[in-house]
Amino acid sequence: MPVATDTKKIVIHVAQIVIDELKLEDITPETFDPDIDLIDEVGIDSMDLATVALVIQDKYGIKIDEDDYPKLTTVRFIAEYIERKLKLI
Amino acid sequence: MKTISSLLDDQWYQRYKKISKLNIRSSIYDVTNRCNLRCKGCFFFSSGEDKAAVEEMEVKKWEKFIGREKERGVNLAILIGGEPTLCFDRVEAFYKQLPTFCATNGLIKIPRDRFPDMMIGISLWGDEEDEKLLRGKDTFAISSKNYEGDPYTYYLYTINSKQIGKTERIIKNIRDVGLKVHMQLLSNDEGVDGFFWKPGELKDLRSEMDDMLDKYPDTLISSKYYHEIITTGKMLGRKFGWMECPSVSQPLDKRKPGPKRLIEFIRWASDLKTMHRCCTSETRNCSTCKDGAAHMSWVMVNKRAHIRTTKDLQNWIEIYEMFAKLYQFIPW
Ligand code: SF4
Repeated sequence: MPVATDTKKIVIHVAQIVIDELKLEDITPETFDPDIDLIDEVGIDSMDLATVALVIQDKYGIKIDEDDYPKLTTVRFIAEYIERKLKLI
Repeated sequence: MKTISSLLDDQWYQRYKKISKLNIRSSIYDVTNRCNLRCKGCFFFSSGEDKAAVEEMEVKKWEKFIGREKERGVNLAILIGGEPTLCFDRVEAFYKQLPTFCATNGLIKIPRDRFPDMMIGISLWGDEEDEKLLRGKDTFAISSKNYEGDPYTYYLYTINSKQIGKTERIIKNIRDVGLKVHMQLLSNDEGVDGFFWKPGELKDLRSEMDDMLDKYPDTLISSKYYHEIITTGKMLGRKFGWMECPSVSQPLDKRKPGPKRLIEFIRWASDLKTMHRCCTSETRNCSTCKDGAAHMSWVMVNKRAHIRTTKDLQNWIEIYEMFAKLYQFIPW
């Protein structure tokens, strides 16, 4: 499946990955608030984040440094991070 | 989707936020294979782990190894043994580079001028009678003098089946020397007669632990949910054991499906090369394992499973706080 490359689409795609990997219920990528804090509100931990990062790396062919994890606190921040990395390729 | 703030009032939410980003990454280190006691039921000797590796004697090699551990992302070194106080130079190598917790039997005093704020956990196996029977000596008489009033020290009280109905006296003694206490349960690895858990005893103990927490909240570092988990071996309907255990050394962990686990956790032998299977005895039967830290970690790594009801999430917060206090990530 081709991966999304514009911000809006990446946001939706990341939300989908988060929902799938964390098995979140009663939420769709479209209704997922991209600005909700994934740690303070959704309750993901570093292992969850590492799992999400692995899938993103795989799908987008980018490398996510572990040192950058603390910055990836919302779906929007993750999407913007992906966008920046894609521009560097 | 349930969110954290929808389940908690403001006070609990603030408590959650204080721990939510701690990201504790611990590993455990056998500082030495030697000990100045030989307790019956000590997993280190009963499972032959004292012979699993030849001790690295050069402090410089310890220092380099610890540097590599730091690079690996470890932010909490848990020192066990043998008896770590037999090798202060190695303990110091850790203390200089990493937040460090040192387990000890308390017979040798750790000098506070050399280790001003290192967290210390003193093992205690019961009252005078049980201590003499299991350890050959009433260690409390010595350790309580060595550490009286120390703000960075607590007792790790391993409760056995004979202690039911007798824990209060011990907790009071600890309170009276100005220290705190965390409770765990004996797994009786060496099958010492009379120290097996009989049906119904763990239930009685759970209610005794709950009573003690109500009566001595300033002395006990504990939570009722922890008492439930450790005495029943169950969490949210799941049973503790090999396929759920979070405290398996990561490079040796080949379980499929892999459970939620401690990231990058390794328990290192004293040659700094050999890895032990898990945080406790390699020969222990996981289905009867009562390891307190493994049970606490089991809850901690399963945070999202607790985002179900307000009570579940509060339970999770209390256990995480307890762990963070035991290892000095937040104050008592
Ligand atoms: S003995 Fe206990 S700590 Fe070790 S792997 Fe089994 S359950 Fe986990």
